[in-house]
Amino acid sequence: MIVADRKKISEIRDMIKDHRRVLLVGCGTCVTVCLAGGEREVGILGSALRMALRLQNRGDVVVDECTIERQCEDAFIDLLAPRVSGYDAICSLGCGAGVQALAERFPKMPVYPGLNTQFMGILESQGVWTEMCSGCGNCRLGEFAGICPITRCAKRLFNGPCGGSRDGKCEVHPDLCCGWQLICDRAVNLGILDQFERIVPPHDWSTGLDGGPRKVVREDQCIAGLCSR
Amino acid sequence: MNEEPLILAFCCHYCAYAAADLAGSMRLQYPGNVRVLRLPCTGKLEVNYILAAFERGVDGVIVAGCLEGGCHFMEGNLRARRRVERARQLLAEIGLEPERLEMFNLSSAEGTRFAEIATTMVERVQRLGNNPLRLDPKRIEHGVQEISRQAEVMLAGEKQ
Repeated sequence: MIVADRKKISEIRDMIKDHRRVLLVGCGTCVTVCLAGGEREVGILGSALRMALRLQNRGDVVVDECTIERQCEDAFIDLLAPRVSGYDAICSLGCGAGVQALAERFPKMPVYPGLNTQFMGILESQGVWTEMCSGCGNCRLGEFAGICPITRCAKRLFNGPCGGSRDGKCEVHPDLCCGWQLICDRAVNLGILDQFERIVPPHDWSTGLDGGPRKVVREDQCIAGLCSR
Repeated sequence: MNEEPLILAFCCHYCAYAAADLAGSMRLQYPGNVRVLRLPCTGKLEVNYILAAFERGVDGVIVAGCLEGGCHFMEGNLRARRRVERARQLLAEIGLEPERLEMFNLSSAEGTRFAEIATTMVERVQRLGNNPLRLDPKRIEHGVQEISRQAEVMLAGEKQ
């Protein structure tokens, strides 16, 4: 899932300083699961923001709340569209994709991010999320015992650990597991450690973000007239 | 302080609510500024309940749950403590004093302690002054009654 966390209330309050009616829009998908931007968090932010504004003598600013199932799809944004005309700004508690989907859908409406989108990751334990995938567009997990050296090695090394690996921890941070230690441990368990004797050639980054925003196209799903972008 | 402080106490049904009842039965004197709101467990408490109270102008909030290790639902009071900590951080971000919110642990036999807690919080809030978001006292009472009514509806629903 996409993991995000909330911006400071003072930052959000300052972003909306030129507006009188603001709609907070939550997203019911990834950011609900990571407890950053679902219905409950929208309620908390709404309440907090109204109080912060009143303390700045801006109690006349209207801050309303709503949450849609998914901000990154037009079909769900449709449900929001009738309400939007009553406001002069939107603060999205979706990920960066959600914020931009709203901005694209409502060209004349200022849209502000209420969250800092962090990464694609997993729930490690209650309340703790960890980055797992960098979305490089050329997945090679099969070559690395199912553990990504791009995401989980701080130096993105493809050929074994560096000299900074100590007792399974990375030199970058004492709490950070060495990605290559994880890869080697798992390779031993799988009995495939010998596969790591060959030199891995450099990664093909042409599928990554460096070439500008990427697209995935499934032509069989593209029904003429429905592909607006 | 211009107005008498108003304090909302979120009380667990199994301990603090009974302790408040006992304080009454024991005819203990404590300030009448505390409005008790019964929850099935403090684990039912959400951060937005606390913020809703402050937004409606309540001057202080008490969260009173069972002694640690004594929760009827195993760990509800421990969860509540974490949520209270988060709410206190949010209050600081908003610009309200986090001291207006405090969690206490007590047993149902501690009527005296409930009276002490109520007195402590009223004195503390008197020192801090009224909540700057304070509305007309009647509107605050109405807001508190509305929150209580919703909580009772919720409790009735859970019994069914």
